[in-house]
Amino acid sequence: MDGLLDGCLALCLPLLAYLVLRTESLSQAVVLFVAFGLLSALGWARLEAPDIALVEAAVGTGLTGALLMHTLSWTEETPPDVRARARRRPWALLAMAALTLLLGWAVLALPADSPGLGLEVDARREDSGVKHPVTAVLLNFRGYDTLLEIAVLLVAALGARAVNPRSERASSEAAKDPLTGELFRMMTPALLLVAGYLVWVGDHGPGGAFQAGAILAGGGVVAILTSRMGTPRMSSLRVRWALLTGPLLFIGVAVAPLFSGGRLLEFPEKYAGTLIFIVEMALTVTIAMVLLMFFPGTRPPRTGRGSAR
Amino acid sequence: MNPWLVYALSGVALFSVGLVGLFSHQHVVKRILASNITGSGVLLVLVALARRVPSGPPDPVPHALVLTGIVVSVSSTALGVALARRMARLQAEATHSPEHEPRSDGEGP
Repeated sequence: MDGLLDGCLALCLPLLAYLVLRTESLSQAVVLFVAFGLLSALGWARLEAPDIALVEAAVGTGLTGALLMHTLSWTEETPPDVRARARRRPWALLAMAALTLLLGWAVLALPADSPGLGLEVDARREDSGVKHPVTAVLLNFRGYDTLLEIAVLLVAALGARAVNPRSERASSEAAKDPLTGELFRMMTPALLLVAGYLVWVGDHGPGGAFQAGAILAGGGVVAILTSRMGTPRMSSLRVRWALLTGPLLFIGVAVAPLFSGGRLLEFPEKYAGTLIFIVEMALTVTIAMVLLMFFPGTRPPRTGRGSAR
Repeated sequence: MNPWLVYALSGVALFSVGLVGLFSHQHVVKRILASNITGSGVLLVLVALARRVPSGPPDPVPHALVLTGIVVSVSSTALGVALARRMARLQAEATHSPEHEPRSDGEGP
């Protein structure tokens, strides 16, 4: 039974990906992409990676899907249906088959049993300050990755804002819709609770700053789309602080051991758990704000484009 | 067949579907989708390989790498989408401007 589920899922994923790229309507492609993301979250749950399944469902599918859908409302001026169709190339399918065979052969040639680094992580987990191995790897053993990742997020947010400096004013139409406003009001406490729980649970189970930040950002996106909240502006001091709290605190914690004879990112064992928790809290705020900054606000009314004339 | 092998092969297929899509499409949004699919394929192979442990929980190091990878791919998507929006705006302005004489008011409105 399990094998059947795995087989179906493994077949459905490439099939859906093919459909995403094959379909002629762009909005249909985005919807199929969201379905693809949810199915891959299921696949990650099947591969015993609940952390990744959570992040995929919240960030990889939820926020990316919303972002892409949002973009479609902007780019529809260009005729999509003609250009979205792939140019027909017979060799493309041939190349795809050859590549699949080559890489598939490489995967089949791998040894079936490999403990990886799991044993090493388990042996040192006591020293890391947290009980969940993935959190231990993310914030202690491979802290560099997370530190640089935050930098990447920050640079992406700055870049996205730099190419579209004007933040769009929210239209007042959505605010009059009673249903979305009520929905948002009901959602907010649950969102905050879930985000707080996820940060806390990251210490000993699947969860952490990324999942919590994504949940908060999701709530923020709903708030923007229902015009409860304006798009955060880069010029606002509070926004800047929210963006910088995580990286600055993390850099501070990373650099501090250098002054006491330690090495970069070497947390003292006694305080490791507390430090990781504080860093995760700060990272949650920054991640939520960065993900929110990716949203340019609601689309201006069509007449607004006439300003170019 | 081992369950990890099924998913690893699925990831390989995803990678090649995404890569071919990336090269055969012209529309920006489709290319962004294709690059996301390619990335998903790579991540799926990585997580499937982490599952190869004989017993016990899977290897946490690739999991942490994949978590980082998903977040980075989201930020690259967001940057790509922002560039796409900019392009759409510039194109819209370019299609509107020929109504004027382009040489007479070169400084713009």
